Amino acid sequence: MTQTVKESKHEQEWQPKIIAFLCNWCSYAGADLAGVSRLQYPPTIRIVRVPCSGRINPFFIIKSLIDGWDAVVVSGCHPGDCHYISGNLVARRRFAILKELITFFGIHPDRVHFMWVSAAEGERFATLIKKVSKLVKKLGPNKKFKNSGE
Amino acid sequence: MVNRLSTIQEQNTKIEQLIRDKALKLLKEDEVDAIIGYSSGTIPFKTCPIIIRSEEDVDKLIWNNFCAMNLAKYLVPLIPTLKDEEGKNLRVGIIAKGCVGRALIHLAAEKQLDLKKIKMIGIPCNGIINRSQLLRELQQEEILEASISDDEIILKGRNFQKKFPIKEYLNELCKKCEVKSPPKIPDLVEACVGECQEISAIEQDFEDVSEFESKTSEERWEYIKELLSPCIRCYACREACPMCYCSLCFVDQKLPRWFGKTTELSETIVFHLVRAMHLAGRCVACGACSSVCPMGIDLHLITRKLEQIVKERFDFTSGLDPQIAPPMHQFKMEDKQEFILEEE
Repeated sequence: MTQTVKESKHEQEWQPKIIAFLCNWCSYAGADLAGVSRLQYPPTIRIVRVPCSGRINPFFIIKSLIDGWDAVVVSGCHPGDCHYISGNLVARRRFAILKELITFFGIHPDRVHFMWVSAAEGERFATLIKKVSKLVKKLGPNKKFKNSGE
Repeated sequence: MVNRLSTIQEQNTKIEQLIRDKALKLLKEDEVDAIIGYSSGTIPFKTCPIIIRSEEDVDKLIWNNFCAMNLAKYLVPLIPTLKDEEGKNLRVGIIAKGCVGRALIHLAAEKQLDLKKIKMIGIPCNGIINRSQLLRELQQEEILEASISDDEIILKGRNFQKKFPIKEYLNELCKKCEVKSPPKIPDLVEACVGECQEISAIEQDFEDVSEFESKTSEERWEYIKELLSPCIRCYACREACPMCYCSLCFVDQKLPRWFGKTTELSETIVFHLVRAMHLAGRCVACGACSSVCPMGIDLHLITRKLEQIVKERFDFTSGLDPQIAPPMHQFKMEDKQEFILEEE
């Protein structure tokens, strides 16, 4: 019995591990809605709830990559809908620069994703996570940093 | 205009004269109490910052192509400590090449300093020599004497004497520099004595950056790895940077300890990545970080990339106008967001 379990585990496809920072007011509720609506999406993400996408220090994202996560997702409210009026607009400028810089350094841009998901968009959340998982699966494990991989 | 003169040596003499004249005038007319400038260092090939307070010391101020550090770095922490016997703040003058002027203006935009309280002595910089490139060429042989004659730099050692054309051995950033003398501040023209230039934006196509970006991401990663692998994490680049004035840097923070202290390559790369991130929209491309690196790492490509990002994305050039808020201090509803993931 144990033998078969082990074998089937071995045969299983590699699944990326993605860390998702979701803002408390929109995206976290969006993910919740995806859950209660029983929408299917791949079990690749681990969610961290943050007060606002403006809370995300670019260093969180880079730190996640060093710590071996295969990709990072940051999701907040749509521009104009921020609970704190402008947190996501501040964040958007940071993310723009971060994404250009990591690409410049030779880290694949698909390792870091930014998205806007509102509390009513459970379906959109599921679709986007499906899309991210597919993209990261294509990239393979993140092996560029010390703590990455096995 | 000084720069049209024939040789670099002549330009240097002329600039030095300009510095001394203006410094003497400012001190004599009691417009400033102290002047920060460059003086000749104790080792060849290097200069040392100096603060002079009296007219007799004016001749200690020099200019040559080794004046690499950005004096704005000394100004911000120094201003509160520069006091006379009665505890009154001293009025400070500062010798400002283009990038020092830019740094001062950007610091004023970040409300770190009041331009009304300082005097810039603007000079038309004629480029700084890339020290590590020359040392590499000499294969680490000791230099006992360095001098500039005409358009050449002459290096003397124990049993050699070599000449190098200065134009080929300038910093990469100096070769592309468009702000040779400090930018004129529209509302505060009197802050700058000496030579200043009117400039509202730099006009460049950033060919070097796009050339690097045309490589594949693996090639870029390999290049960055090779570039940064000698780094010993001494943070000299941070210490020399006029924009690094945080009282606690993220690498020194202990609670929580964000970040390892080792020179393991991925940590080194992340240090430089985050450092670059913190300088976005603030870096004034003075090249001080590369000049002070004991391992001779040339960070100019990262600097150029930062300039390109803020130029193309936010149409901003750092250090030209103290009235314009830097891009990371503001936001717009209509900022570009092509990088945001969409369903299709």
